[in-house]
Amino acid sequence: MDTTRMKPVLEEEGELFTLQMGPQHPATHGVLKLDLELDGETVVRCRPVVGFLHRGVEKLAENMTYAQSMPLTDRLDYISAMANNVGHTVAVETLLGIEPPIRAKYIRTMVCEMSRISSHLLWLATHALDIGAMTVFLYCFREREWILDLFEELCGARLTTSYTRIGGVRQDVTGHFLESLLRFTDEFPEKVHEYETLIDTNRIWLDRTQGIGVLTAEEAVQLGLTGPSLRGSGVDYDIRKHRPYDAYPYLDFQVPLGTHGDVYDRYRCRMEEFHQSNHLIRQCIEKLPSGPILSEDAPDLVMDPRPKCVTADASLSAGLIKIIEERKHFMEGDVYVSTEVPKGELGFYFVSDGRGIPMRMHIRSPSYIHIGSLPALCEGGMISDVIANIGSLDVVLGECDR
Amino acid sequence: MEFVTTLIIILAVVAVVLLHVAYATYFERKVIGHMQVRMGPMRVGPHGLLQPIADFVKLFFKEDVVPAGVDRPVFYAAPIISLVASLSSLAAVPFARGLVIADINIGLLYIFAMSSVASYGVVLAGWASNSKYAFLGGLRSSAQVISYEIAMGLSLVGVMMSAGSLNLTDIVEAQKADFFGCYAIPQILGFFVFVVAMLAETNRTPFDLPECESELVAGYFTEYSGFRFALFMLAEYVGMVIMSTIAALCFLGGWHGPFDVPYIPNFWLLIKIYFMIFFYFWIRATLPRYRYDQLMRLGWKVLIPLALANIVVTGIVKTFIS
Repeated sequence: MDTTRMKPVLEEEGELFTLQMGPQHPATHGVLKLDLELDGETVVRCRPVVGFLHRGVEKLAENMTYAQSMPLTDRLDYISAMANNVGHTVAVETLLGIEPPIRAKYIRTMVCEMSRISSHLLWLATHALDIGAMTVFLYCFREREWILDLFEELCGARLTTSYTRIGGVRQDVTGHFLESLLRFTDEFPEKVHEYETLIDTNRIWLDRTQGIGVLTAEEAVQLGLTGPSLRGSGVDYDIRKHRPYDAYPYLDFQVPLGTHGDVYDRYRCRMEEFHQSNHLIRQCIEKLPSGPILSEDAPDLVMDPRPKCVTADASLSAGLIKIIEERKHFMEGDVYVSTEVPKGELGFYFVSDGRGIPMRMHIRSPSYIHIGSLPALCEGGMISDVIANIGSLDVVLGECDR
Repeated sequence: MEFVTTLIIILAVVAVVLLHVAYATYFERKVIGHMQVRMGPMRVGPHGLLQPIADFVKLFFKEDVVPAGVDRPVFYAAPIISLVASLSSLAAVPFARGLVIADINIGLLYIFAMSSVASYGVVLAGWASNSKYAFLGGLRSSAQVISYEIAMGLSLVGVMMSAGSLNLTDIVEAQKADFFGCYAIPQILGFFVFVVAMLAETNRTPFDLPECESELVAGYFTEYSGFRFALFMLAEYVGMVIMSTIAALCFLGGWHGPFDVPYIPNFWLLIKIYFMIFFYFWIRATLPRYRYDQLMRLGWKVLIPLALANIVVTGIVKTFIS
């Protein structure tokens, strides 16, 4: 209360009311803190404060081999760990010049889209809960549970999957897994329709989302938004389409776009992505080629530059020896590779000095950049709109603070 | 002697209502649980039937935390004001023919007055807590209660005009004589306004802005814990029961039903009250929450004009028919 009293009285607006929303607040999706200055219910100034979940992931990676740093990416955006794994692996493969086998590419694309569905489900659940629609929350968790069970069957872990390997994936998919996944894709569109019946044309939902947090295409680009948050403003930018990686060039899908750039359009974009991701998973299952799941060149999990004993698997040890002997394989230089994770553009920037461990790993995390757009979205709106805006950006603080 | 009898009746009514309130919380958790594809409470007793008792014991024995810097007398008084005002309304509510503590002529007016006093508890709690979230919750509540009280009062004017009385027993009996048997059909506009205002008056979804957890943590009772918190919860649920009872008495025909049920004089009234309470829960499981300014707009620009129109129509119809 002291800070409020200390503030000088502004001539026109009267005394401002400072509200520090977070880091422990039910609607800030983790540990986001917002310093709000309010004039009544209107937000005059909004300043996001981040860093409460900083774990030094980038620095940790500098003391690990490329393969060892991959599990760290599970902990970035912990609700779409698969997509982060794939992003990291694609970047390292580009650096090392390893081409994964085609089956591995399809499997990765499949799990990426699964994690997109799971992440969007959690987004819809919390976004709806923030706006007050409580039932959508539990409906979404029902389907999310299904996907997590599938992840568990695939790789043994539900959240921290660490599923990919440099040059492929860790385990092959089983027939039972594919059957279960196919059943999921059969039923999922109906479930999406079920969520839509609750909120899509609900008068209160429309009042709360339409015309709120409007960003024009130009503003959205200037703020560095990516992913569905950008596409809600009508900017056609999707890395899966424009700089395709893994199996995306072989698959057919559309990029849903919004027109007004408000909370509702961002919501609609993600709802459409449910259907697109579902369609992509089906294509992956149908087209899944046979073959190895790990490249010949793939290094061992411990990519220690020193000569080490070989593993039992002959195909793996061949790759291991190759890498150890051809030290130049760890090229010097830097590489920036980005992939489309559910939140937006996740980029990995590696600087390699040929030691086998990154000299610098930088993560371009979409959540961090999206939080930067909160002042532009929230100022001038009301407290309730702040909540709707945070929800519509779909931020995860684990990824933002790293 | 009369004094002792009244006292016993008061105690009996309060005890019965509080029992119903305790099981209304259980009912709410079960109903919403099943609507949300989950089970609701299942652990304490068969199908969680003893859950309300466990909740009560837990809240009663919790440490009484009073945060530093609160306005102590007001902080202590606020939950008591809320609960006492809510319970006082029960005095004028007839639960069956003749089963009423005080059969006063202005029963409806008295209940309105008491429900307005109950909102003082909310405003004072928000003010005394020395917390910004609670303060905003209290402010929202005061604005909301003022707007919706008007709409609610006006929505019942049609009923008063039709029945020609403010006494709740008379209103119920007048409905019996009415062509439709209940005022919900001829007073459909008034009933609609009343139901919406009823949700706002008791701070329930979609008008639960004073306590909306996603913005204001818990709104006006953010700083309350233990038994003081329980008092607020009790006040909210007693308020719900009273509003449901008024809806059942004024619009749904009270204790009259299509046929008589032997031995249970207020069978139909109970059914109607529980239907209205179920309606509260149904709404909570379905709808998102309004924004503050949208709530005010709805109150002043939609509900009050509708209620006024209802009065005009009722007046015209009554004049021409009689």
